[in-house]
Amino acid sequence: MSDVTYIDAIHAALDEAMERDPDVFLYGQDIGKFGGAFKATKGLQEKYPGRVLDAPISEDAMAGVAIGAAIEGARPVLEMQFADFSSVALNQIINQAATHYYRTGVPVPLTMRLPSGGTPGSGPFHSQSMEAIYSHYPGLVVVTPATVADAHSMLLDSIAMNDPVIYCEHKFLYRWLKSKDLSGDRLPIGQARITRPGKHATVVTYSAMVHEAVRAAEMLYKDGGWEIEVVDLRSVKPLDTDTIIASVARTGRLLALGEAFPWGGVTAEVVSRVCADGFHLLDAPPVRLNSKDTPIPYHPKLWSSHRPTPESIAEELRKLLDY
Amino acid sequence: MDDTPKDLDQSLERNHVRRVFNAMLTARVLENKLGSLYKAGKIVGGVYLGKGQEAVSASMAACLEKGRDVYAPLIRDQAGRTAFGEEILDCTRTYLGSVKGPMRGRDGNIHRGRPAEGMLAMISHLGAAIPVVAGMLLAKRLKGELDGVVGATCVGDGCTSTGAFHEGLNTAAVEKLPLILTVANNQYAYSTPNDRQFACRDLVDKAVGYGVRGHSVDGTDMLACIKVMNEAVARAREGDGPQLVVASMLRLTGHGEHDDGSYVDAALKSSGLGRDSIEVGIKQLIEGGFATVEEIEQWQQEAADQVQQAVAIAQKEDGPDPYKDDWMAYSNPEMQMQR
Repeated sequence: MSDVTYIDAIHAALDEAMERDPDVFLYGQDIGKFGGAFKATKGLQEKYPGRVLDAPISEDAMAGVAIGAAIEGARPVLEMQFADFSSVALNQIINQAATHYYRTGVPVPLTMRLPSGGTPGSGPFHSQSMEAIYSHYPGLVVVTPATVADAHSMLLDSIAMNDPVIYCEHKFLYRWLKSKDLSGDRLPIGQARITRPGKHATVVTYSAMVHEAVRAAEMLYKDGGWEIEVVDLRSVKPLDTDTIIASVARTGRLLALGEAFPWGGVTAEVVSRVCADGFHLLDAPPVRLNSKDTPIPYHPKLWSSHRPTPESIAEELRKLLDY
Repeated sequence: MDDTPKDLDQSLERNHVRRVFNAMLTARVLENKLGSLYKAGKIVGGVYLGKGQEAVSASMAACLEKGRDVYAPLIRDQAGRTAFGEEILDCTRTYLGSVKGPMRGRDGNIHRGRPAEGMLAMISHLGAAIPVVAGMLLAKRLKGELDGVVGATCVGDGCTSTGAFHEGLNTAAVEKLPLILTVANNQYAYSTPNDRQFACRDLVDKAVGYGVRGHSVDGTDMLACIKVMNEAVARAREGDGPQLVVASMLRLTGHGEHDDGSYVDAALKSSGLGRDSIEVGIKQLIEGGFATVEEIEQWQQEAADQVQQAVAIAQKEDGPDPYKDDWMAYSNPEMQMQR
């Protein structure tokens, strides 16, 4: 049996969810016969006639339609062609979907898939990471799977959840990340995972940066026997503060790592929570590493320096360990 | 080809006309009371009234069947809400902040609804309900429950300038959904007049661009509104796709009760657009033999009694208690982060 990729896992989860529950339907641009820009829905329209609907280029209306369908008891899975374009739908997601249960008591079981993050040559408008924006709003769940098994099980869990879920899938992992099969530990949404145990410092990260952090940890282990613990948040909202604090209690040092822009965001939230709840556990000031504070550049040479790399992560870790 | 829907001849059916007018009258009495309560400082937040728009609002919603159809009222749809079957208590409880109201103090005034009963709770962002109604209809189609069902929403002239209006109506048209989208062109969006809002000759011309059927009506003429709404809703029920109804009238009040509307052109007030649809309706009821003066007076008294009772009940009820509210933004409690 051949390996399964991250995008295969997403496709398989969509297929299983549709097989299992006739209320699940897919809505998005070019997702029908064409199978989606990244082929996440390939063949599903043929397999589930009438339940994979092509949408006009109207992100705001697409989100509104999905919200209405969810209010009516269906389970829409909305595909934004790129996370970046979901900015057009922001009003519906943050004002309509996020507030609905609190205001009316009627839940909105909607999953919005956001093909997120940078890939070489994609430029400022096909590379963004939107998780911090959505996490800001009460009422939204925001998940950021980093593994093939999580891509699969967390999409199934997202679709089964009665609250609106923003499912941030990293495009860089689509075909690069492979696994023998889809099996995993099936942790619930809201629980982080220790991807790599260690004792000298903690890297708290999520999505594609988990893999870059593991590379950096391997470099440091080879360099000087440093044992770096890598925590994969899995979901950024809710944020598993307990697992983070427990890790910092073991290591005394924290690097919060993310691919998104540096102002605010997930890494700032992680540092703020550790400072508030675990200040006494810290042996060094916590460090944040994010992308540079510019739009995401097009050229691969600029892009690969814009985001954190194993080298830049290792450099920050060395400074943290030297403190 | 005669493409007139079958039930058009019954569009001025006596009981239906009386029902529409009753909703208009009840809304007017209720809104007058809300205005007084606001001026007496009894209402926290804004009060937004639909004076002048009762005919178009009630005539649309009176065609809907609660429990089957979908209705998304907007800021000036008290008459439509009443015609659809919303209890007056839902209104007074929400305005007066009773914890027993549908929004439990979590939202106020016109931002109320009962989505489980097919009536959406509006958000303030204009046009946002259009695709949501479309989505509700789409879900009904997926479940095989759409046959003969319609969804209806009302917006103002200002909303036609939004992207949400464009995207929502276009999407409904692409899916050929049974959506009735009524534009109540009351000449001003807050203080902005039509000539700073759009440049087209007539808003109904937009129907052509979306590939939907357009209808125009004098929004001050109750019987005309009833006829046009009956036709639009019947056509949507019969599979004719979205219907764009443009009704013209003047808002006979400020944007909200905080606003005296002093910017409204005096010439408009004295024009046909400035007619009060309730006064027109009373004349039409009597001249058409739909009701007698005595009946109308009796309805007015009944409405006043109902409103008085609903205000009294809501005023006696407790407001929300911050120590008892569960502060849950998620239906799944495990997703709630409390800080």
